[in-house]
Amino acid sequence: MRTKTRAALVGLLAALVAFPAAAETVKIGFITTLSGPQGAIGEHMKNSVELALDHLGRKLGGLDVEVIYGDDQVKPDVGKQLADEMLKKHKVHFVSGVIWSNVMLAVAPTVTGAGTFMIGTNAGPHELAGKMCHEMFFTTSWQNDQTPEAMGKYMQDQNLTDVYAMAPNYAAGKDMIAGFKRYFKNKVVAEVYTQLGQQDYQAEISQLRAANPKAVFVFYPGGMGIQFLKQYAQAGLRGQIPLYSVYTVDEISLPAVKEAALGQFETRYWSPDLKNDANQKYVADFRKKYGKMPVFYGAQSYDGILLIDSAIRAVKGDLTNKKGMIAAMRRADYKSTRGPYSYNTNHFPIENFYLLKAVQSPDGDFAMQIQRTVFESHKDAYAAECPMKW
Amino acid sequence: MSWALVLEQTLNGLQYGVMLFLMAAGLTLVFGIMNLVNLAHGSLYMVGAYLAAAFAEWSGSFVLGVALALPATLLVGIAVEVIALRTLYERDHLDQVLATFGLILFFNELIAIVWGRAAIYTSVPPILGGHFRLLPGVPYPTYRAGIILVGVAVSVLLWCLVTRTRLGMRIRAGASNRTMVSALGVNVRLLYTLVFGLGAALAGLAGAMAGPIYAVQPGMGEAILIQVFVVIVIGGIGSIRGAMVGAIVVGMADTLGRAFLKPMLATVISPPAADKAGPALASMLIYLLMAAVLFFRPEGLFPARSRS
Repeated sequence: MRTKTRAALVGLLAALVAFPAAAETVKIGFITTLSGPQGAIGEHMKNSVELALDHLGRKLGGLDVEVIYGDDQVKPDVGKQLADEMLKKHKVHFVSGVIWSNVMLAVAPTVTGAGTFMIGTNAGPHELAGKMCHEMFFTTSWQNDQTPEAMGKYMQDQNLTDVYAMAPNYAAGKDMIAGFKRYFKNKVVAEVYTQLGQQDYQAEISQLRAANPKAVFVFYPGGMGIQFLKQYAQAGLRGQIPLYSVYTVDEISLPAVKEAALGQFETRYWSPDLKNDANQKYVADFRKKYGKMPVFYGAQSYDGILLIDSAIRAVKGDLTNKKGMIAAMRRADYKSTRGPYSYNTNHFPIENFYLLKAVQSPDGDFAMQIQRTVFESHKDAYAAECPMKW
Repeated sequence: MSWALVLEQTLNGLQYGVMLFLMAAGLTLVFGIMNLVNLAHGSLYMVGAYLAAAFAEWSGSFVLGVALALPATLLVGIAVEVIALRTLYERDHLDQVLATFGLILFFNELIAIVWGRAAIYTSVPPILGGHFRLLPGVPYPTYRAGIILVGVAVSVLLWCLVTRTRLGMRIRAGASNRTMVSALGVNVRLLYTLVFGLGAALAGLAGAMAGPIYAVQPGMGEAILIQVFVVIVIGGIGSIRGAMVGAIVVGMADTLGRAFLKPMLATVISPPAADKAGPALASMLIYLLMAAVLFFRPEGLFPARSRS
């Protein structure tokens, strides 16, 4: 009996050695925010990862796949602990996700330092695009400054002047305004920084009206954006002073704001109405499976899984061939929801940016619609600081 | 800086103060009378906002939605008191903090399960959605003016309830000396339930009115709760009058600070330095105020008399 078992085991081992790829499972740790008010973003990202796996037949490059999800609670320390656990306990081959720049700065060095791939699908802090760039780090999103740069470029092209700029008083808020001013050279009448997480903007809106600017540029992500837009509309400024923003109106906040967002301009690298086959399929299937519009956080996460799939496919399932996977990912050789794009030397995308406007369709739905292309194949401002050569 | 702007900002401060008062009134009574630290007060505010949004969508009327949300939040408050808080009165404050913090998590998850994590839409009738002319060239949002009117009306009603009725007399007596009130034959348990329900309804009203201007999402209650605690510390714990004064002081200081601190600093120090210091100082202002009050009058501005 025992010899039989042993023989069977030996046989099994032999089979394993003979066909290493057949039995191996690729493990991905996906870190995002799944609890609290910001959990809505994480839900979209997780759903998009699952949709990507559905589309790939639950296999990545021919290997079975297991995704371990982690909730960072918007805390860098929790994010780092999750990364450690995924690396040491689950022995993941890839870590992906991460919404917040401060969490990313804690997670990415931990993961790449352990010789594991980090595939970011949202946060793009300038450190990781510049001096701290790493060959094991890729992102499917953007560098933080690129989106406000696009808005600055558009408003400069329109020759707008006397612009009133507002953002929450923290690192990303200041980066957004700095990025905006990199391409907007006309007069900025005031830069106002409000408290992070502030609910009531009526005092600032009264000051804004008194200053009588020609245009307003804001960065108010999440709940702050919903509050600002509602209050801006109620103060009667919608339609009087045009409002331009980044990361303020998206497919998550639009159903909560509706009319108050109408006419709002945003810049972004992606939109649900972007016309390419991969995107149409993603948007249609997402709506069918989850009953709501996808958002850019989701599109990036979907792309992240596709990018990993392309890398594993290129090395024929040999997960030890990291050089081969890096070379494959640098080609961005997959059907991205944004259409074709390429990677800069710092592993950040060189991609288009569009001007979007919040509109109401005849059937009453509110949606963001592409108006025009602002930047074609736009590079971030930090790639020159990255020592990586290829 | 024109006088019209100062007037407008004063109204903004008043409106914020009124909102804070609706929250603070319930919290200070519960704290003063029942000696209960209720961190979950913000959850009742959130429940009020969600119920108002749900009822408004169901009935098609914003006013009806708010009117239905009030008794509904009152019932939720009473249920919370009977089920969860009753056992905590004799325990020390740390146990109460732990238990009511647990309630925050419970309510946030419950709301996320029922309505989802994304913020939901709340409508305002078109008459209230716009703005009217406060002074020539100074439009003011109608809805905010409405909040001020409702808040002042509720404050007057509450004032009458507390000073002119038998229930109010018992509430005041309870805030002064709990043991004596029960020794005199008042059903303290019932009084507690009523007070908690009343506080919940007021928080629910604040939440329902906040819906159209703030983001209605899980965790919205915690954002305002900290300011409300500042209000009751400044006003004096257990005192309605203190809550009123504290709320107006905090509302005004916060709003006027955010509006005028930076331009005022710029006349004293260099403008770039004022740009940096202004927003930082404005966000600290109410806490500095609280620290000053605690230093000079540790009991608050209007403490309830002879608490024991």
